[in-house]
Amino acid sequence: MKKIFSRPESLTPAPHLYCAGCGHGIIHRLVAESIDELGVREKTIAVAPVGCAVFAYDYFNFDVTEAPHGRPPAVATGIKRVLPDRIVFTYQGDGDIAAIGTAETIHAANRGENITVIFVNNANYGMTGGQMAPTTLIGQKTATTPFGRDAKRDGYPLHLCELLATLKGVAYLERVTVYNPKHIFNAKRAIKKAFQNQIDGKGFSLVEVISQCPVDWGMTPLDSVAWVKDVFIKEFPLGVFKDI
Amino acid sequence: MKTLLKGNIALCEGAIAAGCKAYFGYPITPQNEVPAHMSRRMVELGRVFIQAESELAAINMVLGASVTGTRAMTSSSSPGISLKQEGISYLCGCELPAVIANIQRGGPGLGNISGSQGDYFQATKGGGHGDYRMIVLAPDSVQEMYDFAFQAFGLAEKYRTPVMILSDGVVGQMMEPTELTTHCEQTLPAESRNWILDGCANRKPRAVKSLMMADGALEQHNWDLKKKYDRIEANEVRCETVNIDDADIILVAFGITARIAKSTARTARSRGLKIGVIRPVTLWPFPTAIIAAAAKPGRKFLVAELNMGQMVEDVKLAVNGQCPVSFIGRPGGGILDDDALLKKIAEL
Repeated sequence: MKKIFSRPESLTPAPHLYCAGCGHGIIHRLVAESIDELGVREKTIAVAPVGCAVFAYDYFNFDVTEAPHGRPPAVATGIKRVLPDRIVFTYQGDGDIAAIGTAETIHAANRGENITVIFVNNANYGMTGGQMAPTTLIGQKTATTPFGRDAKRDGYPLHLCELLATLKGVAYLERVTVYNPKHIFNAKRAIKKAFQNQIDGKGFSLVEVISQCPVDWGMTPLDSVAWVKDVFIKEFPLGVFKDI
Repeated sequence: MKTLLKGNIALCEGAIAAGCKAYFGYPITPQNEVPAHMSRRMVELGRVFIQAESELAAINMVLGASVTGTRAMTSSSSPGISLKQEGISYLCGCELPAVIANIQRGGPGLGNISGSQGDYFQATKGGGHGDYRMIVLAPDSVQEMYDFAFQAFGLAEKYRTPVMILSDGVVGQMMEPTELTTHCEQTLPAESRNWILDGCANRKPRAVKSLMMADGALEQHNWDLKKKYDRIEANEVRCETVNIDDADIILVAFGITARIAKSTARTARSRGLKIGVIRPVTLWPFPTAIIAAAAKPGRKFLVAELNMGQMVEDVKLAVNGQCPVSFIGRPGGGILDDDALLKKIAEL
């Protein structure tokens, strides 16, 4: 009998603790499928962030360490420089990668570290209860922007792909989303490419995945999908920002 | 054969002799010779050197290299060491070996660039968050910069814990003849590498982490760390004593101040004063038992430090009221000398 569908070997059977409707489960699966298909599970070392994905070591069936908040690109740099033939990736949220870890992100990118970065942008700090993130939209209500994000007080949504696109060390930047099957297939292609780039020694590759966070957005899963489609990706346009 | 070397260079060469495979640093005076020397030597040797974007990034690069079981180090001076405290706490929580050198300068804040000893509390009491301890070695010569850098890697791996070399701008900048002994590189036996992350080929995947959310898991982890710290306290105390058997007054000092204290004690002896010196070499674990044993009625203790009085608290705890304990210190880059110490001794 031909097996046509199963759990990727790179995922453990552990049930996810992510909220109903959250995009992390889908993104974990896309990462795991990519690593399986590239045949690098036994060479992979992941760096988990502080944030919702901090339990990544329970879900991924390969070596995982965890970094202080915002520092995954520095930790990944240390790993990759001493073990250049391993596949090293970070999995980070918007607060981790674009607020507290901005310096680590920009400089790992600018050094052209040959690592893969999976950046999950859900426009808020999910783990701590839905506070404003650097990517929170203007007017968006969060636990710390109860009247909506006000540019005068809180600044503007930070567009990381656009920011990093100016750096010579960067090989690949793409923004994708996972709110419907068509986009999930496209996200898979981008994520796999970001790992293939590392295998090929091309340098710093980052995929930003626009993801839904229904519980902290105060929405049903279906409403959160509609908000991604109608509002979120209008502020954060999908596409390739760099591909050398 | 001895070579005339600067303390900071000796530190580098000791680390290189120990098989340090990766160095991550950031410029700050008075430790700039370390990243500068490493940037040339490590590259020549085919090892890893990165000038990081910050001390935060540097300590986390060390964490990444250490996760793979690779010998790695960073260095900085006081303000930069403050930035590394987050990483030190994670290294302790994750039980990762690492070597961190602090070539202390005057503080607080930006302070100045003179040698000082104001970071004793930060190094020995835990500058980062959580219940942890860190082995702290205090060299008082260029030779010891070399020797302690070499030995620190083995200690760090033996206990899977960070080791700090708490030096200062004086020892870092001064030049002395140094014996560069031809050490063999130590390596961890295979059974001691059963925690490293290098890809899960032919074994189950591993996790290196400090987050422990299951009921009671973190408390148990802390108790396990405590047992390790107790072993370190039982086995790793290092202390130098000079002429304490007949001493009426015992000077207690570490690092560069111990060099000054030993000189003062010699001068005092030549004038008929019975002065001894106790020099803690490990600041943690602290030589409490040695000081307690020396705290005999009729004796006086004088603690000398280049700060406003930090180690003196640990000396008082060890002496436990058996003898009077006095203090002389100079903070903010001031240096003690024989005259100041002899004057203080005369007042006791």
